[in-house]
Formats: sequence, structure tokens, C-alpha cells
Amino acid sequence: MKARQFKEIFGFNILRLCVGIVIFVLIVILYDITSKGIGVISWKFLTAMPKNGMTEGGILPAIVGTVLVTVITALLSIPLGMGCAIYLNEYASDNKITRLIRMSIRNLSGVPSIVYGLFGVILFVQMMNLGTCILSAGFTLGLMTLPWTITASEEALKNVPNSYREGALALGATKWQAIKTNVLPYAIPGMLTGTILGLSRAAGETAPILFTGAAFSLPFLPKSLFSQFMALPYHLYIMSTQHHAVSKVRPIAYGTALVLIALVFIMNLCAVMVRYRLRKIKME
Amino acid sequence: MDDIKIRAGDFNFYYGKAHVLKNVSMDIATNKVTGIIGPSGCGKSTFLRSINRMNDTILGTKAEGRMIIDGKNIYDEDIDVVEIRRKVGMVFQKSNPFPKTIFDNVAYGLRINGVKDKYYIQERVEKSLKDAAIWDEVKDRLNKNAFELSGGQQQRLCIARALAVEPEIILMDEPASALDPTATLKIEELIQQLKKKYTIIIVTHNMQQAARISDFTAFFMMGELIEYNITSIMFTKPSKKITEDYITGRFG
Repeated sequence: MKARQFKEIFGFNILRLCVGIVIFVLIVILYDITSKGIGVISWKFLTAMPKNGMTEGGILPAIVGTVLVTVITALLSIPLGMGCAIYLNEYASDNKITRLIRMSIRNLSGVPSIVYGLFGVILFVQMMNLGTCILSAGFTLGLMTLPWTITASEEALKNVPNSYREGALALGATKWQAIKTNVLPYAIPGMLTGTILGLSRAAGETAPILFTGAAFSLPFLPKSLFSQFMALPYHLYIMSTQHHAVSKVRPIAYGTALVLIALVFIMNLCAVMVRYRLRKIKME
Repeated sequence: MDDIKIRAGDFNFYYGKAHVLKNVSMDIATNKVTGIIGPSGCGKSTFLRSINRMNDTILGTKAEGRMIIDGKNIYDEDIDVVEIRRKVGMVFQKSNPFPKTIFDNVAYGLRINGVKDKYYIQERVEKSLKDAAIWDEVKDRLNKNAFELSGGQQQRLCIARALAVEPEIILMDEPASALDPTATLKIEELIQQLKKKYTIIIVTHNMQQAARISDFTAFFMMGELIEYNITSIMFTKPSKKITEDYITGRFG
């Protein structure tokens, strides 16, 4: 009896320790970046162009660039990913080919992002002749997030009980009607959550945009989707390693990191809010 | 037998290589309750789901033979499955209300079948809920989520939902197996009411239930229709030894 109780308490505390370590690491990172970056954050920092070889001024072009690229990424990966997921989960028959497709998609999410970057250069920049620009970078990131979007969407669809489908079919619904009216409404919160998490990861990527459109320094806003652009993660990379006065611009690097984290955090918050709102609507 | 609604002729059904229904031939009477009994895995649910072609949704299945409803084989190539399912309603073993309001659950079938007229929908919803003997319990909370209802109420809601699209046949797959005795009694009383307007086929594990509510009873075993007769005869003078063994509880 005693030994059993001891094991129970011991096991429980091990689990507690795991959580503790994870939270500790997170807090240290957040504290480090916030404490060193908060000093440079100001309205001006967020809304001004970089000046004097990026040693002064703000990061507005990088913020705008990252937002625009993320929008393109979303426009590509949301419809394509959800469409794929709906087909795979609802229509495709379970045979060797679909299993192979599904496995390939899962494996794609493990492909290093630099490989996507290279692929983007070849496909979008060169073959499709889009040049290095927001579109090329957005499409490249879109391809990179696709496996995430598809997998998350498929999981969300799987979570919808089969009885909703059968119930609808038994009332004379066509397959698409059953999916549209009785499956998708309950899967979309989960689909969107997974997708937005994928997008927030894409927003922080450097490698795929490195060759496809991100610029070292462009002290003005992109004129169109065919312009090169600055992006927060790439800017951060430059400020921390490539700049001619790395130690001098360190505060700006930390400020950029803080903005990037805040942006990603806001996106994740959006995911939570979207899910919460859709759940509420559904339950009304 | 009076009017024939459904006529199964040499009906065979396969799940992949498994031959689960073997040369089943039976006539099902209009506006009667036909009970289907038999041990688990005997094919009774498969037979039921063959009548509205719900088995189509399972991959790797194959049907052979005839399943004739109102003189038309529903497995003919020119048949619109959606039409069949509108005409042949179904109530599942586990009540499956949709996560919508009570009203929207019942209106669902009408809406997907293209009914737009709000007043007509309201009328049909009320009528269906009344016919399913649940109106008085839900009339003040039609806009509440259907999940708030009790198990028995949920099942009657599902019956109302099936009634709303005005089917002619209602298939019930052990509709009361998950319910307590009171809720079961209510469903059984309801079935007696419904048979005035609908042809009802009910699969049940419960022999007493079959004896109480069905006019005709069919006994399935190992995918074969062993015996089929008027319920009172079936339960008093079964013609086959194996039927007698089953209904007296010697196996199954």
C-alpha cells in the first residue's frame, strides 16, 4: 500500500516536473527577448523605415512584408489544403494509392524548409517567371504549410461522428449536401485552428523566402505583389549575423524578435478566438 | 398477405468476400410492422440497410438480386438513391441528433430537399414532432440544442426528423436498445401509432418487443431467412425447430 502511494506521488511529480521545465524555458526566452527588446519598441519603431544602413529608424517594411506574404500563403494553402482534406477524407476510397498519397503528404511536412525555398526558386521564380517577389515567397510558404493544413483538416473531419453523415444521407441528402451542411460546419473550427497554427509557423520562416523574394534592405514599402520585400524573420537574421555592426544594432534585432513573436502570438490568439466563436455559433 | 410494399427476391449481399445475406426472399406488407429478429451477425441490420441502400456508403460491398419497392427494383441502374432514401426513412440504433437546435434537426430533411417556404417548414416540423409524440415536451424550447434532450427524447426527435420528409417506409434498427423501459414503452406505443400511415420494419434483439409490436416476424440466421410468418403464429407454433430454440432463448 505504502509503495503504491509512493509510486503514485512520484510519478505525478515527474509529470509535473516535465511541465515545469517546458514552462521555464518558455519564460526564459520570453523574458530575455522582452527585456532586451522592449526598449526600442515605440510607435516610431513600428511605423518608420529603416535608416542609416539599418542602424536607426523602424521596421515598418518588414512588418508589412511579413503580413502580405502570410496573406498570400493563406490564400494558397487554405482553399487547397481544405479541398484536399475533404477529398481524401470524404470521397477517396481507402486503397493503396490514397494511402500512398496520405503518406507522402505526411512526409512532406518533414521536408526541411530550405528545400522548399530551393523548390520555390525553381518553380515560381524561374519556371513561372514570377521573379523574386511577394507572390513567389507566399506561394513557396503556401506549399510548405500545405501538409500541415491538409493533415489538420483531415483530423478535424475525422472528428465529426459518422452518424452525422449517415443521418443526413438517410434523410435524402446527397453526399455533398451531407458534407456541406452536416460535416463541414463542425469540422471548420478544427480546420481553421490547425491552418492558422501552420500559418503562424510560416510567418516566422526564413529559409523559404530567402531566395524567393525577401530583400536585405528596402527602405520603402513594396509597390505590388511582384516587388521584393523585407520580412521580419529575415530582417532578424540579418540584424543578428549579417549586419556590418552587429553589436550596435542588437537592440533593433531584439525589438524585431519581439514584434515577430507578438505577431505569431496574435495569430495563435486569433485561432483560439475563431474556434471559440464558431463553437458558440454552432451550439446556438 | 394484404398489399405488398417491399418485395425482396433472391437478395444477396456481400461485404468483400463475406456472403452476409443469402437468397433472401420476403414480402413486406403495407402499413404493418414487420419485426426482424435473429442472433448478432445474422444479417438483419444488413438487410434493413439494404432497403434504403445505406450499405452503399460502405466500401467494397455488393448487392445481387431484387429489392422491389412499389414495383420498382431499387438496385436498378436508373434509380436515384437520394429519392429512395427520402421515401424510405431510417432511425438508427444510437439516436443521432445533429448538433443543431431541435427545430433545425427536424427541418433538416426538408431544407436539403429544397423546401424554402418558412411557413410550410414550421408546419411540417410541428406536425412531425406531434406525430412522434414529443411535441408537448419540446414545444417551448424548439431553439434549444437537441443534445439537451434525454436519450428517449433524442430517439423520438430522430423519428420526428425522419417523418418530416414524409417517407412511406420507416426502417428502425434496434431503436430502443439503448433506452430505459419507460422510454422503450413510449417508442413502442409510437410505433403502433405510426403504422397507420407508414410501413415499418424494425430490427430488434428483444423477442418480447418483437412479439408485442410487430404484425409479422422474420427470423434470420447466418444470413438466411429461416422463418417468416404472422407474429402470433411465429411465437406460438414456429414451424422450424431452430426458430423455436431461438425464441425460447435456448441460444442467441
